[in-house]
Amino acid sequence: MKYVKPESFEVASQLLQNESGTSRILAGGTDVLVQLKAEMVEPDLMVDLKHLPGMQDITAENGGYRIGAAVPGAVVGEHDGVKAMWPGVVEGLELIGSTQVQGRATMAGNLCNGSPAADSVPALVTAGAMARVHGPDGARDVPVADIPQGPGKTNLSKGEFITSIFLPARPDHAGDAYLRFIPRTEMDIAVSSAAVSLVLDAAGTCRQAHVAVGAVAPTVRLVEKAGKALEGSQLDSDAIAAMKTAVEAACNPIDDKRGTIEFRTKTAAVLAERAARIAYSRAGGQS
Amino acid sequence: MALDSNPKQDFKIVGTRVPRPDGIDKVTGKAMYGADISAPGMLYGRILRSPHAHAKILSIDTSAAEQAPGVKAVVTSADFANPGDDYFRDIRDNCLAAGKALYDGHAIAAVAATSKSAAKAAIRLIKVEYEVLPHVTDVDAAMAPDAPIVQEGRALENVPKGMSQNVTTHVEFGHGDLDAGFAKADKIVERSFKTAATHQGYIEPQACMASLGADGRGEVWCCTQGQYMVRANCAEVLGIEASQLRVISSEIGGGFGGKTTTFIEPVALALSRKSGKPVKIVMTREEVLRATGPTVSTSMDVKIGMTKDGRITAAKADLRYQGGAFPNGTVEFGAQAAFAAYDLEAVQTLGWSVMTNRPKEVAYRAPGAPTAIYAVESVVDELCQDLGLDPLDVRIKNAARKGTLSAYGPTFDEIGLLATLEAAKAHPHYSAPLGPNQGRGLSCGFWFNFGGNTCVSLNLNDDGTVGVVEGNPDIGGSRASISMMAAEELDIPYDKVRTVIADTSSLGFNDVTDGSRVTFAVGLATIEAARAAKREMCSRVAKIWGLEEDAVTWEDGCVKPAGPNAGEHPPMSLAEIAAIANNTGGPIAGHHEVNADGAGVSFGVHLVDTEVDPETGATKILRYTIFQDAGKAVHPDYVEGQMQGGAVQGIGWALNEEYIYGEDGRLQNPGFLDYRVPVASDLPPIETVILEIPNPGHPYGVRGVGETPIVPPLAAIANAVSRAAGVRLTELPMSPPRLLKAITENA
Repeated sequence: MKYVKPESFEVASQLLQNESGTSRILAGGTDVLVQLKAEMVEPDLMVDLKHLPGMQDITAENGGYRIGAAVPGAVVGEHDGVKAMWPGVVEGLELIGSTQVQGRATMAGNLCNGSPAADSVPALVTAGAMARVHGPDGARDVPVADIPQGPGKTNLSKGEFITSIFLPARPDHAGDAYLRFIPRTEMDIAVSSAAVSLVLDAAGTCRQAHVAVGAVAPTVRLVEKAGKALEGSQLDSDAIAAMKTAVEAACNPIDDKRGTIEFRTKTAAVLAERAARIAYSRAGGQS
Repeated sequence: MALDSNPKQDFKIVGTRVPRPDGIDKVTGKAMYGADISAPGMLYGRILRSPHAHAKILSIDTSAAEQAPGVKAVVTSADFANPGDDYFRDIRDNCLAAGKALYDGHAIAAVAATSKSAAKAAIRLIKVEYEVLPHVTDVDAAMAPDAPIVQEGRALENVPKGMSQNVTTHVEFGHGDLDAGFAKADKIVERSFKTAATHQGYIEPQACMASLGADGRGEVWCCTQGQYMVRANCAEVLGIEASQLRVISSEIGGGFGGKTTTFIEPVALALSRKSGKPVKIVMTREEVLRATGPTVSTSMDVKIGMTKDGRITAAKADLRYQGGAFPNGTVEFGAQAAFAAYDLEAVQTLGWSVMTNRPKEVAYRAPGAPTAIYAVESVVDELCQDLGLDPLDVRIKNAARKGTLSAYGPTFDEIGLLATLEAAKAHPHYSAPLGPNQGRGLSCGFWFNFGGNTCVSLNLNDDGTVGVVEGNPDIGGSRASISMMAAEELDIPYDKVRTVIADTSSLGFNDVTDGSRVTFAVGLATIEAARAAKREMCSRVAKIWGLEEDAVTWEDGCVKPAGPNAGEHPPMSLAEIAAIANNTGGPIAGHHEVNADGAGVSFGVHLVDTEVDPETGATKILRYTIFQDAGKAVHPDYVEGQMQGGAVQGIGWALNEEYIYGEDGRLQNPGFLDYRVPVASDLPPIETVILEIPNPGHPYGVRGVGETPIVPPLAAIANAVSRAAGVRLTELPMSPPRLLKAITENA
C-alpha cells in the first residue's frame, strides 16, 4: 500500500485517477482504518487529504456554514453557530461512534462511506446541504442527497472527492431533528432513523417540511410525500398519521441481524413522528 | 495454641476495603497481559479457519505456505499426539480439526512466520480441499432423527435408542409423585422457552507465547484461568511430560469461565517445536467470537402446578442444551439447579445434551443454571400473575431452607435463601411505585460453588513481611482477599503481605479458577498455611525460652507465655521471630495442601424495574437491586463488583446478546458491534445488599460469590419486561424486534 499526502487537490485528484488498483481517501479514518484492520480492504493507494486548505475549517458563507471535509464531529459539536442553526444535523453527526471516535469522524467521510445507516446523512438531506466535489475537471457542487448510490457506493467518479459540505441559511421559525433506533444507548449503528426539518410561519403552521429516513432502503431516502403531509399543519394527528403512512410506504429495508423489515418500517415511522415533534418545538411551535 | 475451629466472627482486616494490589499497574498500563510477553527471535503464529459450518477435509496442501518468505513452520492436526481419552482428544481436535471441520471458524492449520504480515500472507497459500456437508446449528433441529450428524458414536449409554446421534447424554433428577402433585394444583402453567448462545465477552482475547525446544522442555506464557489445566492439556496434545512444561499465567483481562480451556497454546507449542523458535499467537476478536467458547443455547419446557394460596404442588422441566460440535455435560448443572430454590414434594428435571455445528461450549459463570432458572422463574411469575399472588410471598412460602431435600438430591445445610428473600421484601425498592409501561420482576438464583484442589505456601521474610504463593490466576481480586486473610490470621498489617501467583513448576497442582472457589478454597488454604507458620513460630519461641511447646501461645500477633507457670517473657512479634529465624532453625514457612470440601451453596435474589417503549420494543433498565449471601465478604468492593458484573452480563443476555447464525451456518455477528454487550449508558446504578450468613465449611465463614449473580437476571428481567409489556416473553434475547412483534401480536 502506498500512502500519499499530496500538496494540492489537483495532485490528489490526479493520483486517484491514475491509480489502477484500489484507492481510499483518508480524512478522519474512522471507517477506512477499521476496514484495514478488519482486513476488509487492502488498498493500493491511500490519499490523505486532512492537511489541504479549508479541510479543517468551518466558515460562515451566505448566511450558512461551509464545513471542511476533515472537520471532526467534536469540533462541529462545539460550534455555537452551526449548533444553533442546524441542531438536527449536529445531533446526527455526534451520534457516530464514541467520544474518542468523535475526535476524528467527519460528515464527509460518513457520507462517502456509503452506509444506508449513516447517522449524519438524513439530516444533511433534509437540510438541503450541498457537497463541494473536487475532481479532474475542477470543483462542482452536488446535493448531498445525490451522493449515495447504494450500500458502500457513491455517485462520485474516479478521481473525485468531497472537500466541504455547505449548510444553507435558515429563516426564522425553523428547526430540525434527527433520531435513530439502536438496541443500546450508544456505540451502535442505526437499525432505522429519521430526520425532519421544518419551517413554520409565525402562527406555528408548517410552511416547509422535509422528512428523510435512514437504514430502511439502499440509500437514505428523502420522503417527499411525508414532508407534504406535514405542510400546512400544526402536526395534528391526521397530518402525523399521513406522514407516517408515507414514511412506511417509502421504506424498502432488508431483514438482517440488526432488524426485520417489519421492525425497521414501523420504527422509521415512529422516529419520524418523534423527530417531527422535536423539530417543531425547536422551530418555536407550541404543540 | 488457641486456634478456633468455628467460623471467626470478629475481624480487623477482613471486611474492610483495602487498596487492590494490581490497581496501579492496571491503570497505568504496566500490567503484563497475555499479548504483552515477547522473546528474542520470536515468530508470529496465525491460524487458518474453516469457512464452512460442516465439511470433510479431503486434503491440506501446505507446500506453498512452507515456501513463502519468512515462514518457519506450518502445522496441522498431524503434528499433534494421540491422547488416551476423549476429553483430551476433543481439546486436540478443537485446537486443529482432524478429518472434519465441525463449525464455522474451526481451526484447520497454522503458520509461524517472522512477521505478522508474512504469517497472514502464508495462511492464504494453504490449500484445503473440502467436501461441504449438511449442517445443523439449532438444538431442536439437531435432535430430529434425520438431522445431519455432527460426530458419530459419541452418545453415552443413558441416551435412549432411536434418538439422533447428536444427543450425547441424558440426565434425570427429582423425587415425589408428579401426577399426584399436579392433581392437587389449582392452576397449572406449562410453557416452552428458547435462549440464544451468549459469549463471556472478556475484554482480553486469548493470547500466548510458547517455546518448546529440541530437548523436549517448554514454556508457555498465557492468559488463562488455570495454568495447571493448560499444562495438562498441552502435555497430552503434544505428547510431552508435565514436568517438562512450565506454564506461567499472565494478568487476565476477564475470563468468566471462558478461559478454563485451551485453544491456541498447543498450536503455538507445535509451531515452536517445528520451527525451534518461540511463537506468539494473539486471537482477534472475530476469532474469539467464532471459535472460543460461548454458552449453550437452549430449548426448554417447564410445567408447574400451584394452589390458590401459592404452594407449588409439582414441578417438571425438560431441558435441551446444545453445546457445539463436541459432547458436553452442561445440561446436568441446569437440571440440578432448575428448582434448587424451592422446597418441593414432587419435582422432576430431564436434561439432554446435544451436538450442533457450533463452537465447543465453554463454561460461563454458573454454567447451565441461568437458562434453566430463567424458564422456571418465568413460569412461577406467570402463576403469581394468574392467581393474583405476590411473587416474593410465593417464593418465601416455597423457599428451600435448612433440612430441605433439594430437587437434585442433597439435603441443604445452612443456606441464606430465606434471608435474602426477606431482605428483598423489606427493601424500599420492592414497594416503590411504578409508572406507565413499567414492570417489576424478580428471580431467585442458585449456584453450587466448589472447593477443589489447592496448594498454598506462606513464607516469612526476615524483615517481618510475608509472601503468599498461590496457584490460581486472579480474576476477581483474589490476591487482595488472600493477602487480607493472611494478614488477619497473622495479625499483621495488610500491606505487609504480598500474594503472588505461581507457575506450574513452583507449586503443587491447583484446580482452575472456577466454581467461585478461589476466595473460599485458596483462602482456606492460606489461613491453614498461616496457622502452620504460627505453630512453627510458637515452636521456635518455646525453644528460645526453654519451654515445652504447649507452654507458649499465639495472641494478638505475638507469641506469649501460655500462663503464669511459663514464667515472665516479653511477647515476641512475628517480625522479631522472623528476624532471628536463621539462628533458630532456618526459614519459617507454612504450607497447606487440600482438596477443599464444604464450599456451601449460594443463593441470591434480584429485583429489577424496566420500562418498555410500546412503539419500538426498546427496554430500559430503570432500577436494579441485588440481595446475596456472601457468607463473609472478605473485600466488600470485590463482592459488590461480582454481584454488579453478573447482573450486567445477565442484562446483556436477557436483552441483546446472541449468536446469530445464517442459513449457511456461518456466524453473522462476530464482533462487538453486532454482538451487543451492554454499554455503561445502558445501565442504572446497581444496588447491592450483602448478607452474611457464615459458611460452616470455612474458617472465616466465606462462601463463593462469583457465579450466583449471573443466574437471576435473565428471569428477573424477563418477568419485569413481560409485566411492563403485558405479554409473556418466552425467548431470549428480548431484542427490540422480538419484543415489538410480541406486543403487536398481543394487541
